[in-house]
Amino acid sequence: MNATEDSTEQSGNSLTRELTQNPLKKIWVPSSTNGLPDRHISQRKVCMTNCPTLIVTVGLPARGKTYISKKLTRYLNWIDVPTKEFNVGQYRRECVKIYKSFEFFRPDNEEGLKIRKQCALAALNDVRQFLTDEGGQVAVFDATNTTRERRETILRFAEQNGFKVFFVESVCEDPDVIAENIVQVKLGSPDYTHCNTEEAVADFMKRIKCYENSYQPLDEELDRDLSFIKIIDVGRRYLVNRVQDHIQSRIVYYLMNIHITPRSIYLCRHGESDLNIKGRIGGDSGLSARGKEFAKSLGQFIQSQNIHDLKVWTSQMKRTIQTAEAVGVPYEQWKALNEIDAGVCEELTYEEIQQRYPLEFALRDQDKYRYRYPKGESYEDLVQRLEPVIMELERQENVLVICHQAVMRCLLAYFLDKTAEELPYLKCPLHTVLKLTPMAYGCKVESVCLNVDAVNTHRDRPSNIDVSRLPEEALLTVPDHH
Amino acid sequence: MSTEQELTQTPLLKLWLPGMGRALGQRRGSSRPQFTNCPTMIVMVGLPARGKTYISKKLTRYLNWIGVPTQGECISCASNALKDIANYFTKEQGQVAVFDATNTTRERRGAIISFAKEKGYKVFFIESVCDDPEIIEANIMQVKLSSPDYENYDKEEALVDFLKRIDCYKMSYVPLDEEKDRHLSFIKIFNVGSRYLVNRVQDHIQSRIVYYLMNIHVTPRSIYLSRHGESELNLLGRIGGDTGLSSQGQKYAKALAEFIRGQSIKDLKVWTSHMKRTIQTAEALGVPYEQWKALNEIDAGVCEEMTYEEIQATHPEEFALRDQDKYRYRYPKGESYEDLVHRLEPVIMELERQENVLVICHQAVMRCLLAYFLDKSADDLPYLKCPLHTVLKLTPLAYGCKVESFYLNIQAVNTHRDRPTNVNVARKPEEALQTVPEHL
Repeated sequence: MNATEDSTEQSGNSLTRELTQNPLKKIWVPSSTNGLPDRHISQRKVCMTNCPTLIVTVGLPARGKTYISKKLTRYLNWIDVPTKEFNVGQYRRECVKIYKSFEFFRPDNEEGLKIRKQCALAALNDVRQFLTDEGGQVAVFDATNTTRERRETILRFAEQNGFKVFFVESVCEDPDVIAENIVQVKLGSPDYTHCNTEEAVADFMKRIKCYENSYQPLDEELDRDLSFIKIIDVGRRYLVNRVQDHIQSRIVYYLMNIHITPRSIYLCRHGESDLNIKGRIGGDSGLSARGKEFAKSLGQFIQSQNIHDLKVWTSQMKRTIQTAEAVGVPYEQWKALNEIDAGVCEELTYEEIQQRYPLEFALRDQDKYRYRYPKGESYEDLVQRLEPVIMELERQENVLVICHQAVMRCLLAYFLDKTAEELPYLKCPLHTVLKLTPMAYGCKVESVCLNVDAVNTHRDRPSNIDVSRLPEEALLTVPDHH
Repeated sequence: MSTEQELTQTPLLKLWLPGMGRALGQRRGSSRPQFTNCPTMIVMVGLPARGKTYISKKLTRYLNWIGVPTQGECISCASNALKDIANYFTKEQGQVAVFDATNTTRERRGAIISFAKEKGYKVFFIESVCDDPEIIEANIMQVKLSSPDYENYDKEEALVDFLKRIDCYKMSYVPLDEEKDRHLSFIKIFNVGSRYLVNRVQDHIQSRIVYYLMNIHVTPRSIYLSRHGESELNLLGRIGGDTGLSSQGQKYAKALAEFIRGQSIKDLKVWTSHMKRTIQTAEALGVPYEQWKALNEIDAGVCEEMTYEEIQATHPEEFALRDQDKYRYRYPKGESYEDLVHRLEPVIMELERQENVLVICHQAVMRCLLAYFLDKSADDLPYLKCPLHTVLKLTPLAYGCKVESFYLNIQAVNTHRDRPTNVNVARKPEEALQTVPEHL
């Protein structure tokens, strides 16, 4: 097929635009007549919504609004939807440097009301900046927003700026849940550094009381034209109204799958494999002798942890399955957990990749997250492939995931809120188990090295990532191997 | 515990399983994640003409497509139905049974719950509540009037009669209640999806069901499915790869553009894969399109870019295994149709959300999508006819899908290979290659 200079003039057999394959992502894009890539092609991105979305939390204090906001923000950023949360309480703390007592929140405290309204407006202003000027797609406005009046203000603001609004309300009357909430996240708050536990709890309960009288929950009838989800009793029941688009549908699905039952997620790689020893990437080889030793140690470690109802997941590659076999409990194989597909570079050493594909090797160092191997995958592809795994991990309780280096980096990045830049360089060495336990607003990580030697497979980003670099510069950070 | 445990890779599915000494029943790994650990009864609830059968059939079709053996039951006689369901679960290894009836009284539902409890089945209720008279009337017109009950009536009379029928049920109708039924697992759908109440989702499959129900709609629309125009590798009889269009293929792209313009479709979305040939085809349309990696053709692994003759010559056993079970067969270092379906699930979900869409894809991919819309079994799916240069227009109608096929009159090679008679590994090459279509 011939490229033509001015193909729009020609009838007959040539298409209007020539396609070229973008060297980094291996995406076919049309180039316009001046040879530059044209703009109007869209890639399948998760958020196919045509305007930014404002998520607004609603609920009394200690109902998990901030927990939900932070978790949702983390999830959306992981699936590549630029999201940011705006916690009005934070603005208030910056404004009113020292928190004295619940009196600040009394409904008849004029001064308090004024400050709180100012803080809300300041936060909304930052929301506008994020969504309009900084390329944000979703903003989570985290505050009580318990009155219809306040919500009206927000709706007007959104309308003026062309944002869609989706409310997330958390309703809970279970005193145990509320008490646990207060212990987990309120006692450690800057507001209460000067109090002992009893004082803090008493003050906080009075704070909640200040909101109760004026609380107008979202109503099926009165608010029937709004888009919202009402989460009742930490997910026992949901009321979902008027989901407008794809992103809202995904948000609802996510919120309906998360829970707060205490549990731990164990992440580890397969034991050292035969290809690992040779410094070769990918492939489907079996465990080396040391890898088998690790598998045995892993079995012992898991036993010693006395985990209630542990689920074990592996990929469909031999090395993870061999590892699981030694743990001695039933396991499930997920194709989605397979290692990143290195395409034409499968089973090559880094030295061989440098030799045969020096351009590819450099491009990968330039943008390791988005770089796609020829006829293979990118980390970006991996994240998309792993999304159902994350969704199921959210639904489950105690799980051990035996997977691979790139896969483990993606999962870890989700739990520890790492950026796309950091993700491909997260350290996930062989023969080390990471135990993740959700705590307060984040995740506690415990790293357990099972004391079985293994090769290092971690290659850092070298200083020279230019295509014209010398082989030695490219291979500077390659770990030792046979 | 011996870690010297040898693993062998099953030839068809390419799954690694623990060695020869183990009895199959003790096999530990499963190749797909568990949807649920015990059979589930889905029980429809609602007055007549609320879309219960529409939802049942659609849900059944979806669950079967994603690999959950499901059976729909339109019930007139309750006690027989329960017996049939028990049978389906125990004798036929079914996982989900949909009990489609009004089930409008607490008593009736109580009986179903007791039955399920006794047998160890989970129960999930789907209630459809609608008070919009326009929707109800449209419903009646679409599916009730053509029922044998109304053969001799004129439309107006039939409508009136049916509305009276509904009234009879209304008297004793007790909807699911947030309070009284708080221990049950259910979803209440209000007015065709403007609002949902979801209570006590117990497991993965119920969560998927809820997600699906919340994404479907009844707004009229059409879905157009087409393959890319004929490609250079198509001409050579080679599978897979990432080549551009042949000159016939380019002609098709132009013809497709004209056809689409002629259809005057409102707000059409166009989707392609990441492969050059579908994108080149879309380019000719002159409208924005979205590229989905999930729409890429099936990965033929080590067989990529080979002709069938070459596959027979270099991998005769693989070639035979594929003919033995084309749906589950996975190419070495590649994919199976079963993998494809799994990969396409988010595409289907988004297609359900959307309205008018044109999907420009590939042969195996199109077969999977078509099987979803036309409720084809895993056995039929890999042999569905999806020739080049033909557009299929699917329009949801009543409980199914109307299909219109448009051949755009641009010559192309045939890429359809039927299952040959001899699928035995010991067969001769000629027998294996008997059904290979012509190529250069």
